[in-house]
Amino acid sequence: MKWMDEFRDRDLVVSLLGRIDTACMDRRYRLMEFCGGHTHALYRYSLIEALPEAVEMVHGPGCPVCVLPAGRIDMAIDLVRHRDVVLCTYGDMLRVPGGRGESLFSARASGGEVRMVYSPLDAVDMAERMPDRQVVFFAVGFETTAPATALALDRARALGLRNFTVFCNHVLTVPAMRAIADDGEEAAIDGIIGPGHVTAVIGSEAFAPIATDYRLPVAIAGFEPTDLLAAILVLLHQINAGEARIENAYARAVTAKGNEQAAALMNKVFALRQCFAWRGLGELEASAFKVADEYAGFDAEQRFGMDDLEHADHRACRCAEVLRGQMQPRDCPVFATACTPEHPLGACMVSSEGACAAAFRYEHRPAEVEA
Amino acid sequence: MGVGLALDLRHGCVDINMGAGGLASERLLQELFLPAFDNVALQSLGDGAVVPMPPGRLVVATDAHVVSPIFFPGGDIGGLSVHGTVNDVAMMGARPLYLSASFILEEGFPLADLKRVVDSMAAACHEAGVSIVTGDTKVVEKGGADGVFITTTGVGMVEESVGIAPDRARPGDRVIVSGPIGEHGAAVLAQRRELGLETALTSDTQPLHGLVAAMLESGVELRCLRDPTRGGVASALNELARASGVGIALDEESIPVGGEVRGVCELLGLDPLYVACEGRLLAICPADGVERLLQNMRAHPKGEGAAIIGEVVEDRDRLLVLHAPWGGSRIVPMLTGEPLPRIC
Repeated sequence: MKWMDEFRDRDLVVSLLGRIDTACMDRRYRLMEFCGGHTHALYRYSLIEALPEAVEMVHGPGCPVCVLPAGRIDMAIDLVRHRDVVLCTYGDMLRVPGGRGESLFSARASGGEVRMVYSPLDAVDMAERMPDRQVVFFAVGFETTAPATALALDRARALGLRNFTVFCNHVLTVPAMRAIADDGEEAAIDGIIGPGHVTAVIGSEAFAPIATDYRLPVAIAGFEPTDLLAAILVLLHQINAGEARIENAYARAVTAKGNEQAAALMNKVFALRQCFAWRGLGELEASAFKVADEYAGFDAEQRFGMDDLEHADHRACRCAEVLRGQMQPRDCPVFATACTPEHPLGACMVSSEGACAAAFRYEHRPAEVEA
Repeated sequence: MGVGLALDLRHGCVDINMGAGGLASERLLQELFLPAFDNVALQSLGDGAVVPMPPGRLVVATDAHVVSPIFFPGGDIGGLSVHGTVNDVAMMGARPLYLSASFILEEGFPLADLKRVVDSMAAACHEAGVSIVTGDTKVVEKGGADGVFITTTGVGMVEESVGIAPDRARPGDRVIVSGPIGEHGAAVLAQRRELGLETALTSDTQPLHGLVAAMLESGVELRCLRDPTRGGVASALNELARASGVGIALDEESIPVGGEVRGVCELLGLDPLYVACEGRLLAICPADGVERLLQNMRAHPKGEGAAIIGEVVEDRDRLLVLHAPWGGSRIVPMLTGEPLPRIC
């Protein structure tokens, strides 16, 4: 299949693996793939095992479900329970347990109106079709999903809808990457694989401060085996040469400036929150979007007077260290024992893009439990 | 609606009386079901069917069908409800003979659609050489079901010499799939209105007992057979590995997956290994017979795309492991409660 097979070509993958092996000097390389989609791809294509031992992939915080605080889920559940709204969101969000052990799934099972949509525009359509119901889109994600939410807000305003709002939880990539880089020695990362889809929107130049301020090389990668290996190879070359630059290894989708139309739309409908509490990374300044004042009528937090709910992570869970690249999933004391995809304690185990869920799914050998 | 009138099969709808056992039920039976499923045992209209049985051992299998949408490219819930159960019987190495069918209808369901479904069941029965010999119909209030749900139970006979069972795979055995995987699930998912996809994909739904008969004729010992329906190849092979206390090593490159199935899976973030087939089977047999078995399968119209995809290995953890073309491997686990839409 065009645009797929050529990036999964066996000979090309083998040749790239060979070049990576040759590039390895007598040292270890700790490379963080920021994006959960990359984590998943590295496992899915068996690349973690195929890479030379000297290259250690450290998983980053780029999984929207994982970094969303449990309290925000509780807030969404309360909307369904107590405000009688039709809540629309992406499928990934349905299973995630909030701070009280409930999920949107359980809210739906007990009679709440929770609908899975593929696009926020579907939620706008729903609001048009059901003028007597309040429809809320529970918006999550980095700059990849934010433009779609922006489009929905803009469309809802153009239609003059009075029954559509957005519960906005969009977060930003660069502040999160800075937070990781600020950890310095703790994470001891030598280079970063930058997120492909996010960068298609914000442009590779957005990561320049990571290279200049922290002396960390960043290679933007796509999601196919050859994309990831090419990015790893250019990182090794930079590290070996003591350089730190932004390198675009995903040129078929990413430009230096990004999608300026999407950026303009986001600037119009969103404003920066002063502070947002990330799961695992804690409070980060100017790291998330809220609905802009000009669109205040479409902000669920204002329309329904939503109170901020906070909830501490499970004590035994080491999500924060996993999300910061300071711990591999298998080294967390509750990994695959108390915390499994069926009964997740921490967010990294919930989403398919979470580092723990990926490690559990693809490399965990369960101990013999049956007789 | 007056009870004496004929069913309006063009514009009429299922009404609640049709499941009440009275005249309306009777009319549905006489005008819709009986003409379609015409056979002696059914015509007798007893509480159950009395049928002759050939010698051998009895195999019984049952399957409920709730697919949405009920009409999809390459099939519909009617044909699927026959194939699903015929194939379950066939996976025991048996020749399917009789089916029962029970319908749960939602009030308001168009009779024209019901007729299409019933005709499709009749055609599927005809192709598979089985008869629907007994059945039941219930109607629930609007909103109590989604159009139509169909449960079929199948009865077949298996010869004494056949010993197919999920716990019989042994290290060294080979794993065969009868054709490209995931076509049913991908076709149904692509059809969903909310996705707005346009593909030429059609479901692979078809009866497999003929292929199984051809495989038995090869004389090669069949250790395990399974049709990878819900949960796909990954779930079916995990179940066999667990039951047999072995591991299974799959060679990623040799697993046949069509281009469109891969495309739909990429778009929806699915792994084709978990996508349902309704007209494919997995077979495990000893290594020394595998080429002969493969030859017999490929000579049959329903096994033309058959391929050897892996090998049974010793593994205390009983895992399914996928080997990438460039070295490296990954575990292919059982699904854990992922929310999958209704596809069968």
